[in-house]
Amino acid sequence: MRTLRHAAAIAWKDLRSELRTKESLNSSLSFSVVVLLLLAMAFDTGSEIVTDYGGGILWLAFAFSSTLIVNRSFAREMPNDCIDVLVASPASGASLFLGKAVAAFALQSGIQLICLPIFGVFYNVTWWRNPWQLLGVLLLGGWAMACIGTVFSALTVNLRLRELMLPMLMYPMLVPALLASMTLTNYLLMPGAMPPDFAQWLRLLIGFDIIFTTLALALVETILVR
Amino acid sequence: MRSKIVLALGLVGVPLLLRNLYVILFNLPDEMEQGPVYRIFYYHLPAFFAATLCYTTAMVCSILYLVKKNARYDAIAMACTEVGLAFAAVNLITGMFWGRISWGIWWAWDPRLTWALICWLVYFGYLMLRKAIDDPTERAKNASVLSIFAYVSVAITWKAIEWWRTQHPGPVLSIRTGEQRIDPAMEQMLYVNTLALATLAAIFVITRLRQEEVQREIDALRRYAHAL
Repeated sequence: MRTLRHAAAIAWKDLRSELRTKESLNSSLSFSVVVLLLLAMAFDTGSEIVTDYGGGILWLAFAFSSTLIVNRSFAREMPNDCIDVLVASPASGASLFLGKAVAAFALQSGIQLICLPIFGVFYNVTWWRNPWQLLGVLLLGGWAMACIGTVFSALTVNLRLRELMLPMLMYPMLVPALLASMTLTNYLLMPGAMPPDFAQWLRLLIGFDIIFTTLALALVETILVR
Repeated sequence: MRSKIVLALGLVGVPLLLRNLYVILFNLPDEMEQGPVYRIFYYHLPAFFAATLCYTTAMVCSILYLVKKNARYDAIAMACTEVGLAFAAVNLITGMFWGRISWGIWWAWDPRLTWALICWLVYFGYLMLRKAIDDPTERAKNASVLSIFAYVSVAITWKAIEWWRTQHPGPVLSIRTGEQRIDPAMEQMLYVNTLALATLAAIFVITRLRQEEVQREIDALRRYAHAL
């Protein structure tokens, strides 16, 4: 209970700080729109088969923009050695991770909700065919990105090449979740019944979230204590 | 002592590799459907097993490092990861050659192939992370955490041939399937060649470990000289 209270306080602090400065929110949102725009130029958006790769396009934009958000997760604590104060505070490493991951997840979810109608307009896709299932996939895939991104943000925060190393480590590790989210989103954009392997991809995504959240909660203390 | 172990492993491993090569090329018959090209599996599969063995050792040593804070475990994890990457590359490249001959394409975006490539990239990231951190303690700690995370991709790659029924051949070994799907002589050769490649991997790991330890001694002396 105490861990959750601390996590909520850290998440609220991060969200307030981000909403005041909007340092990663604006750049992340505009970047995801730019990615959607550029990919729209690369593909024939008028064709029927856009639903076959629509999920891929959408999640690529989300994945690129999420790097900008999680990159700031721990980096914003570096000036004035705030990270040392946070680590020395009564809040455990797990609550610190959970708070930062929840804040990143909330920011990402906001961007996803804004990008979804833009994607529908740019690519001429009916995305509201299965709204609740799509929301579920967005939440599960978004949590995977926030969880992995926050852990790797902590891992790379002190590196000289932080901006380069974070996506290099994060994307390969995220591929199972991204692949599952892309496939599930494609299925949800298509008209008709769900393919038989829908449940298999969903299980993979849920399993990924559970495994990596557990690992992150167990190991984040080790990463943060110097 | 370590030189003697390397010598002993070499005396076992190298003749075994040469003997296996002779048996694979001249004694074992062609496969009924694939013809002679199937022989690539005698290196494709054992290379994957050797890489998995290296990654598993790296993960265990990473956990041991985090528990005991002994730098030697970190050095073993690093050596195992480098050697594992080399064997995983052999697995990927031999698979590509087989795919080119059997499927007509170098690379199919089949989930089983894709996971193997992702696994390789994740462990390549591990080595990149090590290069990017100067402080040895910080480097060992962060690399150990990443090695534990990375092992999830090994587990997915291992299970991928069961989870996804795609054009990549499914499991064939009787110890995994519980039934005899290939000729017993062919299966036995896969095990023997796995042993040969694992011996080779052990030689590489020990040699790389020695290099790493010498490098650490040099770094420590440099720091000492700088402090003076």
